[in-house]
Amino acid sequence: MLSSSITSLTVLLIVVFLFKEGIGLFNQKPVEPGYVIAINKNNKVKELSSVQLKNIYDQKITHWSEVGGTHDSIVLFQLEDISNYYSDEQIGDNMQNLGTCLSRLVDSLPNIIAFFPDKYLDKKFQGTLLEVDKVSLADFFAGKEWIPSAKPSAQLGVLPLILGTLWVSLGAILLALPLGLAAAVYMSEIANERVRRIMKPLIELLAGIPSVVYGFFGLVIIVPLIQKTFDLPVGETGLAGSIVLGIMALPTIITISEDAMRNTPRAMKEASLALGASRWQTIYKVIIPYSISGISAGAILGIGRAIGETMAVLMVTGNAAVIPHTILAPVRTIPATIAAELGETSNGGLHYKALFALGCILFLITLFINLTVEFISNRQKHNKN
Amino acid sequence: MYKIESKNVDFYYGPSQALKNINIAIRSNTVTALIGPSGCGKSTYLRLFNRMNDLIDDIKIIGQVMIDGEDIYGKGINVDSLRKNVGMVFQKPNPFPKTIFENVAYGLRVNGIKDKKFIEERVETSIKQVVLWDEVKDKLKKSAFELSGGQQQRLCIARALAIQPSVILMDEPTSALDPISTAKVEELIYELKAKYTIVIVTHNMQQAGRVSDRTAFFYLGELVEYDETKKLFTNPKQERTQNYITGRFG
Repeated sequence: MLSSSITSLTVLLIVVFLFKEGIGLFNQKPVEPGYVIAINKNNKVKELSSVQLKNIYDQKITHWSEVGGTHDSIVLFQLEDISNYYSDEQIGDNMQNLGTCLSRLVDSLPNIIAFFPDKYLDKKFQGTLLEVDKVSLADFFAGKEWIPSAKPSAQLGVLPLILGTLWVSLGAILLALPLGLAAAVYMSEIANERVRRIMKPLIELLAGIPSVVYGFFGLVIIVPLIQKTFDLPVGETGLAGSIVLGIMALPTIITISEDAMRNTPRAMKEASLALGASRWQTIYKVIIPYSISGISAGAILGIGRAIGETMAVLMVTGNAAVIPHTILAPVRTIPATIAAELGETSNGGLHYKALFALGCILFLITLFINLTVEFISNRQKHNKN
Repeated sequence: MYKIESKNVDFYYGPSQALKNINIAIRSNTVTALIGPSGCGKSTYLRLFNRMNDLIDDIKIIGQVMIDGEDIYGKGINVDSLRKNVGMVFQKPNPFPKTIFENVAYGLRVNGIKDKKFIEERVETSIKQVVLWDEVKDKLKKSAFELSGGQQQRLCIARALAIQPSVILMDEPTSALDPISTAKVEELIYELKAKYTIVIVTHNMQQAGRVSDRTAFFYLGELVEYDETKKLFTNPKQERTQNYITGRFG
C-alpha cells in the first residue's frame, strides 16, 4: 500500500515537473534574454517572426520589402561589426562610448537591423526596438527547423524530430514485425519442446542486453554495411537506426505474440486440422486470427520501445535535425535530442524548456501507445470470456 | 471388406504404453461405441483413426490401422487428405470464432474450393443434415458463439459433414450437452449411419446402448470385449465387462 502510493506519487511528480517545465516554453521569447533587436525609426516594420529573423540573419531575406517594409536591402548588424563603423578611439578604451555609437549608427542607417545586448542601449536612442512574438504552439509543432542555439532567434521547430522519431520507429517495426511474427509462429507451432526450451531464454536474453551495446554493434557492423551497400557518404542513417531498433524490439514482439499463439485453445487447432487443413492453413486461418490481439499488443509495445529508445539511436542515426526524405538520410529522434543537448543548456533557459517540451511530446506518444495496448488486451479478455 | 481395421495395435506415450494389442474390425455404415472408464485408452484409440495423436510429441505406434484397406500409418499417406476422409466431432463444441456460415465453409475453403455457389449449397445441405437449418438460416452471418451449446455441437457436426467424409469420429459428443440436445444429437447419429461409418466414444452406457450396433469395452489399455451391442450389454462374455456395465467399478 505504502510502496504503491510512493510509486504513484513519484510518477505523478515527474509528470507534473515535466509538464511544468515544458509548458513554460510558451511564455518565452525565442530571442535570448538581455538582447534587443533595433531598427531605424523611419523603418515601418514593427514586428518580425522568429523564422523571419533567422532568415534575415542567414541572408535568405535581403530586402525589407519581403517583411513588409520599403524596397531597400537590409543591412545586417551584430555587435562584432561595430569596428567596421567606428574606430577603437571613438568607442573608447573600456567601450564607454559603445552605447552612443550604437544608437548613432542605428539612427543614421535607415536600412539597418541591429542585434546587441540591451545594456548598450543609449538613452538618446530614437530607433525602434522590434517586438518578437513568444514561442507559439504552431511554430513549435510545425516549425521545420530545430536550431536552438541560432542567433538572434532560436529555431524551435520539432517537426523534424517528431518525423525522425516516427520514421525510425516505423522502419523498425516494418523490419521487426514480419521477423518477430515468423519467429513466434515457429516457436509456438513448429519447433519441438526441446528447441523451444533453448530458444525462449535466448530470445529473452536479447531483451536484457544494454542498449549502448546495441548501439555499438550498430555503429561497428550495420553503419559501415549500409554505407558500403548503398554507396553513401555516411552510413549513419535512419535505416541504421531502424535496423538496430528492430532488433531491440524483436524480443518484445516474439515473446508476447508467442504467448498469445500458445493460448489458442487446443480445441481450435484440432478442429481445423481434423477438417483436413494443413498446419500452415491452421496457422494463418485459425491461430493468427485468434491471437491477433496479442500480436498487436506485442507490435505496439515493440513500437513503444523503439520510440523511447535513446542511446542506440543516438549512436547510429547521424543526428541531423532535418526532415528526412529517404531512409538513407541521417535523422534525429526526440530522445536522442534530449540526451545530446540537455547538458549544454542553461537551467531554466529557452533551450532547456524546449527540451522539456520535447519530453512532454514523447511522454504523450508513449502514453497513447500504452493506452492502446491496454485497450487491445482488455478487448482480448472480453472476447475470451 | 471392413471399413476400418486395426491389427495388433500398440501405442506408447513416451515410455508408457496406452494401448495393448488392439484388434477391431468395423463395417461400413455402422455405429461403433467405445466404452470404458477414464484413462482406459478409448479416446487415444479413436484419435488413431485420423492421426490426431500426431500432434503430441514423443509417441510411438506399432501395428496397422487400415481404412478402406490402406494402412494410414504407412509411407506416402497424406495426413491432410486422410483427415478429409475421416471427420471428427469433439467432446466440447468447438466452433471457430467466425460466423455460422464460415464455420461450415471452413473445411471447403481449406480444401481449395472457391466456387461461391457450390460452397453456399454445400453449407446449406450440411446444416440441413444436422437439422439446424430452420434455427440458423436467418443468422448465418452471426457469430457461431451466439448459438446454444447443443446448437454449436450440431454445427460442429455439420462442419465435419461439409467436406463429405466417409468416417466420422465422435469423442464424447454429448458430454457437455443437456438431455434435450443430447437426444437430438443421438437421433442425428442414428440417421447419419445410412451414409457414414461412425465411431463414438462415450461415458454414457445408455447412450452406447441406444445408438450403437457394436460396442468395444476398453480397460487399462486393453480391449476386453468387442461384440454386438445387444450381446455385450445383455450377455457379456467377460466378467470385467459384466462388472463395468452393472456399475460395480469404473
